[in-house]
Amino acid sequence: MTMPFDLPEAHSVHAPQHPPAAVDDAELTEKTVFGFWLYLMSDVVLFAALFAVYAVVGRSYAGGPTGRELFDLWFVLAETAVLLLSSVAFGFVTIAAHEDRRQATLRWLGATFALGALFIAMEAYEFHHLVAEGAGPSRSAFLSSYFALVGTHGLHVLTGLVWMAVTAFHLARDGLTATVHRRLGLLGLFWHFLDVIWIVVFTHVYLTGVL
Amino acid sequence: MADRRTQHLPGAAASLRHYARGFLLSVILTGAAFALVMTHALPREATIFVIFVLAAVQVVVHIADFLHVDTSLEQRWNLFATLFALLVVGILVGGSIWIMFSAHERMRPDMPAMTMPPESF
Repeated sequence: MTMPFDLPEAHSVHAPQHPPAAVDDAELTEKTVFGFWLYLMSDVVLFAALFAVYAVVGRSYAGGPTGRELFDLWFVLAETAVLLLSSVAFGFVTIAAHEDRRQATLRWLGATFALGALFIAMEAYEFHHLVAEGAGPSRSAFLSSYFALVGTHGLHVLTGLVWMAVTAFHLARDGLTATVHRRLGLLGLFWHFLDVIWIVVFTHVYLTGVL
Repeated sequence: MADRRTQHLPGAAASLRHYARGFLLSVILTGAAFALVMTHALPREATIFVIFVLAAVQVVVHIADFLHVDTSLEQRWNLFATLFALLVVGILVGGSIWIMFSAHERMRPDMPAMTMPPESF
């Protein structure tokens, strides 16, 4: 553990090009992670509101198609598997980053991205299929709440993919710097969090919907 | 080497064991939930109850093994924030369901007990 009073000296000797703020990386990371965690918890509340809406109007079909007619559980199981695998792939990103293995981190990041993109593609196909069948968001309260909830989750995954691409670019350009480490850590939280939300989505929307 | 830079990051204590355990448990819990619904092994109400219990267990597994939240001192504030969020979620979801279904019950047209006799005004 370095004492605070000998840090400036250490800095002027070893890394004069770095601003003094870099010294507080550990503290900055700690605070950033907590702040990001608070954002995630507010996102939990956002999703809770959407889940509550679905719980209330999820069976108001307005004479339109029901979940039992629309949902293909095998397809949803495949989506679930893809998202779970991408979450585990990000676990390998975290492990590789901690071992300071840049190439391995990039490779696993690529695998996570590919699986995430496959999930989004499957969801886009599902939405397109529903709308083409005349089961779009304007058909009934059930479908409005379905598209709002599942669409919000999909939008989050899409945002995560953009973030992942940007972080992969930074990683390839700068290597595993403290900033890249921190961003990978936050992205990991976000990515695993989205998988947690998906557990409730497939249980609450798809599995309960076909019963 | 990465210690100083990564010691405060989520997953600093992560190991292959955590991810393997999380993955294995997720496969079992998800598989069980889908199998129950697909095979109609239980009556409808029991199925709904069991799949929500399975989901709750899987959420805990993910939070522990993938998000690495635990009860250690450095994570105390994360844990408090999480518990508070869960309280809000409980009020939001539970309250919505309670209020809306109660309103639904009270507004059923075939409920004479709810109409007040004119002389009571």
